[in-house]
Amino acid sequence: MTDKTVKTTPSEKKDNKFDLRQIFEGSYNTLLPLLAIFTGLVIGAIVIAGTDATVIEAWKNFFQAPGAAFAAAWTSIATAYGALFGGSLGNPKEILAGIQAYFSTGDSAALLKSIYPISESLVTATPYIFAGLAVAVGFRCGLFNIGAEGQFFMGALGSVFVGYSLKGLPAIIHLPLALLGGIAAGALWGAIPGYLKAKFGAHEVVNTIMMNWIGFRLSDWLLNGPMKAPGYRPVTSAVSEAAELPRFFPDPLRLNWGFILALLVAWLIYWLLFKTTIGFEIRTVGANPDAAKYAGVNIVRNFVLAMVISGGLAGLSGASQVLGVDHWVGQGFSAGYGFDAIAIALLGKSHPLGVVLAALLFGVLRGGATRMQSMAGIPVDIISIIQGLVIIFVAAPGIIRWLYRIHPAKNKQALQSRG
Amino acid sequence: MKKLYSVLAVLLIATMILTACGTPAATEAPAAVTEAPAATEAPAATEAPVVTEAPVVIKVGQVTDLGGIDDKSFNATAYAGVEKAAADLGIEGKYLESQQQSDYAKNIQQFLDEDTDLIVTVGFLLGVDTATAAKANPDAHFAIVDYAYPDCWPGAVVGTDCGSDVALDNVLGLTFQTDEAAFLAGYAAAAMTKTGKVATFGGMELPTVTIFMTGFQAGVEYYNAQKGTTVEVLPFTYTGNFESTDDGRAFAESFVQEGADIIMPVAGPVGLGSAAYCKESGSCMIVGVDTDWTISAAEYSDVVLTSVLKNMNVAVYNAIQTVVDGAFKGGVYTGTLSDGGVGIAAVNGASAELVAELEQLKADIISGAVKVSE
Repeated sequence: MTDKTVKTTPSEKKDNKFDLRQIFEGSYNTLLPLLAIFTGLVIGAIVIAGTDATVIEAWKNFFQAPGAAFAAAWTSIATAYGALFGGSLGNPKEILAGIQAYFSTGDSAALLKSIYPISESLVTATPYIFAGLAVAVGFRCGLFNIGAEGQFFMGALGSVFVGYSLKGLPAIIHLPLALLGGIAAGALWGAIPGYLKAKFGAHEVVNTIMMNWIGFRLSDWLLNGPMKAPGYRPVTSAVSEAAELPRFFPDPLRLNWGFILALLVAWLIYWLLFKTTIGFEIRTVGANPDAAKYAGVNIVRNFVLAMVISGGLAGLSGASQVLGVDHWVGQGFSAGYGFDAIAIALLGKSHPLGVVLAALLFGVLRGGATRMQSMAGIPVDIISIIQGLVIIFVAAPGIIRWLYRIHPAKNKQALQSRG
Repeated sequence: MKKLYSVLAVLLIATMILTACGTPAATEAPAAVTEAPAATEAPAATEAPVVTEAPVVIKVGQVTDLGGIDDKSFNATAYAGVEKAAADLGIEGKYLESQQQSDYAKNIQQFLDEDTDLIVTVGFLLGVDTATAAKANPDAHFAIVDYAYPDCWPGAVVGTDCGSDVALDNVLGLTFQTDEAAFLAGYAAAAMTKTGKVATFGGMELPTVTIFMTGFQAGVEYYNAQKGTTVEVLPFTYTGNFESTDDGRAFAESFVQEGADIIMPVAGPVGLGSAAYCKESGSCMIVGVDTDWTISAAEYSDVVLTSVLKNMNVAVYNAIQTVVDGAFKGGVYTGTLSDGGVGIAAVNGASAELVAELEQLKADIISGAVKVSE
């Protein structure tokens, strides 16, 4: 997993265009991730069927009743994936009925109920987009930011602190301040390993992991001490209403402006990486630091800058979660958004559009997991297995090429592995 | 190498076959949902035919906190009550595990969407989300373990800082007077110690934790007052977490060095580390908490002096029973010695005299003749 692929040929024009037509032209740049997702889901299906007691029973009698065995496996898989996608995308028929009811009677209750699953999936995707971008920016500069989780925590704590400690500010000032608080805390947490790498050559993987632990323990202490709310629970106070990212719909729908902000920031990062000198320098350092240095690019500055941007994005991820969804921070605030972000950046090929799509996929998988667990009795852990498989296949594209007999097109995009 | 290829070939074939049947699963599954008129019930129906035959089955759903369903502590104990109810009362029991803070509201909402008859939430971390959901759905029934309403402090914002500033009549708070049972354990520990020193430590300084410790200390002091002894309880300390068995071991070791020979860890699985240390060193005994550790941690049963039982399973079971009987009422349930909500397990190696004294003491606490706390 510490390997990653970096394009050495600066065929930038081709590289930065995430063109859907490439799928049909057989470019493995986009085809392989799709096949990886597909294969992950297929193997996930095998695991679902293979761990289902009724399926195992049916397969014991395979030679007497092979049809029943397959039927049992089929039912198990269909139930699980039906609940997964029903729970993450909703039921189209209900949504249509809801829209009809809304326009005929003006009653929005049915419509709101029917779009709840999509809303939850997008809510889950929001921190994934920010965190995925964070790791992607690191990758583009040749840095492996494993510290996104710690930066996420620090960002959440930074924004919740600004959110609850300031009182009486109007939303137009308070909300941006709270977001900035998150960005600053995350950026600081990213800057330290970036500086250590640039100045002393200390490997960023080691240092970001260590910064994670410092962040986790620091947050434990803060939640039990200085930032603890009145009362006995080890949680912070809730942020002022003025610092909340406004929600689009009434409760229980939690979709909020954080999602729109995430899309805007993704566009901003795209612009930064591919349309500005700063981005060009970052990518040059990532592609070949020695060549970049020879060309007069300041390596130290770019390492630190990339880690600051990366940390800031991860911090923003935590901020969006706390200001848009949770409003307070307690222990177990994150279920590993920062670690999943590594997978998202890989799956999205470190391209902002790819990251957004990968984050949406993860949001859908995570969003539907609750319903799958409840309806089909499948543990949520199956989602982690599917995610893990997808990442293995993305990280080792040779498996997918071999499975599906895809030969790399004869283009000049040589792949090189860097540690 | 040849072998490797043949293994890979078999895997490939298997994948191909399952690809063939797997493909439609992913694509058609949502379509199947569309076809079914009652989408929410369709998958459940295939899974459990009982539902379609007898639609009156009472549904109970438990939402865990971050510890997960197999935390060997309160999530697991509460769910044991659900499982017993499923076996005895024929209810349908399910659980949803929360992996992070934002899952609490989502998991509760999932059960609401399924028209679950009783939603059991576990722990103070779910306090706010449970109250918010209960207010938004006055017809739904909730039981929350180790929590009760009203829970607001002056100046707190209802719905974010705390759950509710008034009692909720569709939520039953399940709380436990564990100090009554811990008092008995303290008395037993004072009677059994050979060094004249006992100790207790907690995971965090939460009321649900410290109530064990203060009860234990009061029991020791009561023993001293009755018998004229000077058994000492070492100062309370906290590990700061409910996970690290290493901490449990280290705490036990330092207590033993300070002269204690009986230790009560109130920190979930952390205490298992203390038990392991006692078993290996042979220098201390453990007072288990929540469940009877001679059963739940049977490998350490020879160093378990007794256990302070917090019968969350019984409380959850009784709450389910009221739902089945159509007699559910919100409010606060407090488990005590008198109703069996709390208790202590048999004391390992106790003399007949001590057993009789503990019986008498229990009766006195129930009657109010002995006060556990001021």
